[in-house]
Amino acid sequence: MTTSPDHSPAIGERLVHKTFAPITRHTLALYCGASGDHNPMHVDIDFARQAGFPDVFAHGMLVMAYLGQALTDAVAPGAVRSFSTRFSAITQLGARLTCEGAVAELFDHLSEKRARLALTVKDEHGETKLAGEAIIAL
Amino acid sequence: MVDQSAVGRSFAPVIAHVELGRLRYFFNTIGERNPLYRDAKTAEAAGYAGQPIPPTYLFCLEMMDAERPFEILEALNIDLARVLHGEQRFAYHAPAIVGDTLTFQSRVSGVTEKKNGALTFVAVETKVTNQTGLHVADAARTIVVRNS
Repeated sequence: MTTSPDHSPAIGERLVHKTFAPITRHTLALYCGASGDHNPMHVDIDFARQAGFPDVFAHGMLVMAYLGQALTDAVAPGAVRSFSTRFSAITQLGARLTCEGAVAELFDHLSEKRARLALTVKDEHGETKLAGEAIIAL
Repeated sequence: MVDQSAVGRSFAPVIAHVELGRLRYFFNTIGERNPLYRDAKTAEAAGYAGQPIPPTYLFCLEMMDAERPFEILEALNIDLARVLHGEQRFAYHAPAIVGDTLTFQSRVSGVTEKKNGALTFVAVETKVTNQTGLHVADAARTIVVRNS
């Protein structure tokens, strides 16, 4: 955690904030290999067009990987109890993503103090691509 | 179209290895610089027996080491060109680290029609255990099928 053990974060406090470079075709090609997700939708424009899309688009899990990176920049990985997202919109090529997370709730689970972080990923137009949450131990 | 008969179907377990070289490729791809992930000494100093994997990497491991990465789609006769990823959840119970051998066991947990059948949501739950039998995580995904 970025906070000391005896200082709980406040509701509304923004713990997570990170921006990423625009998503390129090269990024998607690398992620195809690095993730094992070889779905051609993300790297083969012919396939994407045949499926009714104007172009390839980012893997949802690439966007979630960025969000995970932003999360564990701020919170020790071992303190993350759960991490979930809903993919609300397709992330286009060129998107410049901003990942944010703020404390939405503080609670106790058994003897552990925990926080629920509300997480979002938005593009440069402010459109929400992912919305989710993480439960972290404090 | 996928229907309720799919609920409860399970698939061949996937045995996946957490390998440093593949992990480094993943870090380079997403620009991950955190020394806890990248440096064994930093991980050990933080109390890990090896470098931990980042929060979404379980999803990658399952696909990378699957004999048929799209087995669930094939088994349910779902066209890859018609799927989108709707939701993804992970619950973490113990660290997964470099050198681990993980077993992924997946089953279909729900099938829901949306928008008068234009979309079908297929929920898949995956239990992840390590080489000692320790239950390290649960993952759950929702596959959105565009029917029309």
